[in-house]
Amino acid sequence: MAKVLMKGNEAMALAAIKAGLDAFYGYPITPQNELPEYLSKQMPLHGRAFVQAESEVAAINMVYGAAGAGARVMTSSSSPGIALKQEGLTYIAGAELPAVIINVMRGGPGLGGIQPSQADYKQITRGGGNGDYYLYSLAPESLQEAVDLIKESFDIADYFRNPVMIAVDGLIGQMMEPVDFEREVPKWDLKPKTWAADGNRKNRKKNIINSLYLDPNDLENHNLKLKAKYDEMRDKHQRYEMINMENAEIVIVAFGSTSRISRTAIELLKEEGINCGIIRPITIYPFPQNAFNEIPESVKNILVVEMNLGQMVDDVKLHVQGRLPVHFYGRVGGIVPEAEEISDQVKKIVGGTYE
Amino acid sequence: MINEKTIIAGFGGQGVMLMGQLLSFAATEKDINTLWFPSYGPETRGGTANCSVTISDEHVNSPVISTPDTIIIMNKPSLAKFQPKLKVNGICLVNSSLVKDEEYRDDIRVYEVDANNIAKELGNLKVANMVMLGAYLALTKVFTEDEVLGILKKKFTGSKAKLIEINKYALEAGRKAVL
Repeated sequence: MAKVLMKGNEAMALAAIKAGLDAFYGYPITPQNELPEYLSKQMPLHGRAFVQAESEVAAINMVYGAAGAGARVMTSSSSPGIALKQEGLTYIAGAELPAVIINVMRGGPGLGGIQPSQADYKQITRGGGNGDYYLYSLAPESLQEAVDLIKESFDIADYFRNPVMIAVDGLIGQMMEPVDFEREVPKWDLKPKTWAADGNRKNRKKNIINSLYLDPNDLENHNLKLKAKYDEMRDKHQRYEMINMENAEIVIVAFGSTSRISRTAIELLKEEGINCGIIRPITIYPFPQNAFNEIPESVKNILVVEMNLGQMVDDVKLHVQGRLPVHFYGRVGGIVPEAEEISDQVKKIVGGTYE
Repeated sequence: MINEKTIIAGFGGQGVMLMGQLLSFAATEKDINTLWFPSYGPETRGGTANCSVTISDEHVNSPVISTPDTIIIMNKPSLAKFQPKLKVNGICLVNSSLVKDEEYRDDIRVYEVDANNIAKELGNLKVANMVMLGAYLALTKVFTEDEVLGILKKKFTGSKAKLIEINKYALEAGRKAVL
C-alpha cells in the first residue's frame, strides 16, 4: 500500500484503530489534541467507543474499567494531563490490566508550555504513581516507528497484563511524514482474557478486578508476581538501536526526536573526520542496559542528549558504571536542539575542552 | 537528486502551514521522503507561525532545519528571524507587499514578489500564499505547478472545487513575478 502523509497525532490514532482499539477515553490538552479529535470522528464509524471525559482522572478510570472488562483500550494526553492520570495508572498496573497510554510530552513543571519536551522521562520510567510498578515504555523517533510500535503495543499490554506507555514529544505529535500503515508488526502469543470481568458467568467462577491486598503476605506475593513481569521485560524485551558504532571514538545516547537530530549531528561530524556513534533506546523502560555491554573499545566518551535537564543520563551512568566519562547536553522550555549544537558538544569533548 | 530544505514563515492566517503541507503532499505522491514540522504559539490568527519542510531522496533525519536552502518570508518579523539562518547563495523569497525597504545579506539571492497585491488583482487576498508558492516552484523546480494543483484538486472537493481555478492563476502569477 502507498504511504500516507499524516500528522503524527492522527497517524498514532489510526495505528490504534488498526490494532483493534475498542474504546478510547480522553480529555483535551495541547499538543496532542488531533489524536482524540481524529478518534472522535473515526471510532463511531468503526462501531467503537469514544468518550471525552469530564477530566483526566475520569478518563483514566474509564480506561481502568474498560480494561477490566477485557476491552482493548487507550487514552492519550500530554505531560500535565499524564501527571493527573498517575493514580489511575498505578491502580491499572496493580490490578494487572492491559492498556495503552500515549504521552505527547510538553515542557514543565506545572503547566509549563506547549512546545516539545522529554522532561517526563523519570516519571515514565519509574512508574509515576505510588507503589512498586513499571510501565513498558516505548519511545519512537519517527512516525513510521510510532505507528508500528502502537500497533504492537496492544499485544504487549495484553501479554504482560500491564500498561504500555508510548512516550513521544510534541514534535512527533505535530509533524507530518509519509507512513505505511500496512507494515507487518510482531504478533505476540496471547492467551484468552479469562480474567476479565466481562459479565459472562456461564462457565467460570467470579472474576474480581482489584489492587487491594490487606494481608501483608498476599501483597508481598502480589508484588513479587509483578516483579517477575518487570524482570522478564528487562531480560527479554529491551529494545535499542546502535548506529555507526564501528571505530566510534564517542557515542551519543538519545531517544525519540533527539536521537533523530543526533543522526544529522553524526553526519556533520563525519565531514570533520570525527567518528561518532549513537545508542538509541527504543524502550526507555526497560532501560536498554545490554547496549552498554556492546560498546566497542574505541569509544572514550559518552554524551547523553535530552530535551530536559538531565534525566536519562542517570540511567546511563548507572549502567556505564564509571567505565567511561558520561557527559550531558540538554535543551528545555520547548526548545528543540539543532544538530550543530549537538555536534559542537561532541567536538568540545573530543577536543578535551568540555567543562 | 533532491535535497531541499525550506522554511516558510509569516502571520497565522496567511496560509503558511498549507504551503508547506502542499509541498509534503506533492513529495508523498511521488514517493519522495518528506517531513513537515510546524511551529506556532497558542494563538492561531495573527500570531507568528512557521513551518519547516524537508524534501529528499534520502532518509530525513533532523526535523529541525538549521540551515535552510530557501526561506519564504510572508511578513516583516519573519525576515529578521530567518535571514541569518539561510545558507550562502540560498533563495530568500519575500512578500514585498508587507516587507519593504529591508536590508539583505549580500551572499543570498533575494526575490521580491508583490504577493498581496497580485492576489487582490486576482480577486482574493487569501491566495497570496499560492502566489508565493508559484514563485517558489519556478525558482526551485522541486515540483511542477500541475503536481501541486493535483494535490489541491484532491483537497478541494464539493463547494471548495470552485477555488481551484483562482489557485491555478495564483501559481502562474507567482511564476511570472520571478521569471
